[in-house]
Amino acid sequence: MKNWIAYLLLIVSVLACSKENASDTETYEPTPLPLNIPQIFSNNIIPPVIPNNNPQTVEGVALGKKLFFDKTLSANQTIACASCHAPQNAFTDNTPTSDGIDGIFGTRNSMPLFNLAWNYGERFTWDGKELSLERQAIEPVQNPIEMHSDWDDVVDRLQVDNDYPELFRLAFKTSTITKELTTKAIAQFERTLISANSKFDRFSLGQATLTPQEQNGLNVFMDEEKGDCFHCHGNPNNPLWTDNVFHNNGLDATFTDLGLGGVTGDPSDNGKFRSPSLRNLAYTAPYMHNGRFATLDQVIEFYSTGLQQSPTIDALMKKVDQGGVNLSAQDKADLKAFLLTLSDPSFLSNPGFQD
Amino acid sequence: MKQIFALLMCVALALTSCGEDMDDNALSNANINFKFSHTWDNTLINSSNLTTQTLTNENGENINITRIRYLISKLQLVNSSGTTFTFDGYKFTDLENEDTYNFTPENNSIPTGTYTLKFVWGFNEEDNIDGAYLDLNSASWNWPTMLGGGYHFLQFDGMYNVDTTPSPFNYHNGTARVSVGNFEQNFAIIELETPLNITKNATINVNMNISEFFKNPNTWDLNVLDTPLMPNYNAQKMMQENVMSVFNVEGITQ
Repeated sequence: MKNWIAYLLLIVSVLACSKENASDTETYEPTPLPLNIPQIFSNNIIPPVIPNNNPQTVEGVALGKKLFFDKTLSANQTIACASCHAPQNAFTDNTPTSDGIDGIFGTRNSMPLFNLAWNYGERFTWDGKELSLERQAIEPVQNPIEMHSDWDDVVDRLQVDNDYPELFRLAFKTSTITKELTTKAIAQFERTLISANSKFDRFSLGQATLTPQEQNGLNVFMDEEKGDCFHCHGNPNNPLWTDNVFHNNGLDATFTDLGLGGVTGDPSDNGKFRSPSLRNLAYTAPYMHNGRFATLDQVIEFYSTGLQQSPTIDALMKKVDQGGVNLSAQDKADLKAFLLTLSDPSFLSNPGFQD
Repeated sequence: MKQIFALLMCVALALTSCGEDMDDNALSNANINFKFSHTWDNTLINSSNLTTQTLTNENGENINITRIRYLISKLQLVNSSGTTFTFDGYKFTDLENEDTYNFTPENNSIPTGTYTLKFVWGFNEEDNIDGAYLDLNSASWNWPTMLGGGYHFLQFDGMYNVDTTPSPFNYHNGTARVSVGNFEQNFAIIELETPLNITKNATINVNMNISEFFKNPNTWDLNVLDTPLMPNYNAQKMMQENVMSVFNVEGITQ
């Protein structure tokens, strides 16, 4: 019996020893950095989506930020993610479509980037082609009219850099750089781009008041007999100001860009694009998936009088027979005043989001 | 050692016998869940044909559906002696997403017996609290405060006269506005008479016949009532009347 206990003790101590030895060499863990969820979101909507295999960490976000602003990702090292997604434009740019390293323009308007972790359906881009932020980040790097890189070359350039191998080790516990880890870091940074400090947010929290014009604009937005904007673009209880769902909003009678239909192959999805958030639209002109409208006034006029009938037009575009919702001049002005209360200037100047 | 062994055996036996007792108790309770199906009369409607099927309503218009989402709450089973078991939660169904067709309440255990099903169409006045449900806010399911606030009960969008000149309809149901600032509750209590003899764990199958929204007692003329209907008091009350014949219990699977 005594021998048996002695052996048992020996085994236990050996196990304990080996564990300690292991922890000596692998003590390092990246520091968790949970998303800072704004009160206006936690009060109103369900928690954000963070993939289990890519938790937010201090080191991962810092690496992602460096990559986001680094021109190394493009083939000739002339553009970065931030070239078309600039902080001062709520992480979009100010041209209808954007040119890549060869000066060739794409077909879609660069999307603003904020509150991305609250896209519950996790279909990103205008046509929903990208099913996660991580996967989305692969595309612009290798797209021939964007960064026009070969991912293997990008990884090689990062691997021989003086800083990146150590930054990847800190973020992911390996200094061997891969495309997957690179896009994971970029996605972590993108998830930190949270905008929740507009005048309307403060109004909802009881910290600001709307002018009578802004209040009437909200009523136009919420009135099914007037603007009827809320069925697709959120409401005071949904501060995302989008449903992140795909609709044909009546831009065209025939389609040169199939949108969601080009992704699903289903003709009934032709001409559908994801509703963009109305938050920060003061900074994100021009508008629509191809940047066809230069000003917010043009957008409001389009919904008022410019709708085009087509087989897949959304039934919510109910006044298409009359060209649109036919708002009065006063209602249009008031609606615009309300929409501008969704602007969050502190998002543009957030020091955590600058190069 | 022998004593210890004997003691261990005693403990083990005691634990096992306890467990059996609990099993015996469990036999008189049943776990309930719900499965909703959707039809247009005899045509099954699901995510694969929701937007492609052309249907004819009672008034004779050919229609195509764009989307249907609806809310029911306060599901209850009433047994033959009049005792009511109320299930927690609410069921928000999007016909595009078949995962939402099923509903398992968190506390879903009831004594076996014979029951009838009862639930609230939408939310009743007590539950229809503006902004109170984060998942429904996230789905932009809110009903405008100028119309009384709270939540939609139904969003049924589509096109009618699709064979001639297609026009949109937005059959949306929620709190009824009598006049500016004056609102009237518009939920409905759905009581389905079909007896449900629950002897063990069971799935209760409920069917929604969508065509009934246009049929009974009000034959709906989309040429007159297409959109906007949310602020239209009479349309809202007609919807409340028509929803009464929309649901049917199809039976139980156990």
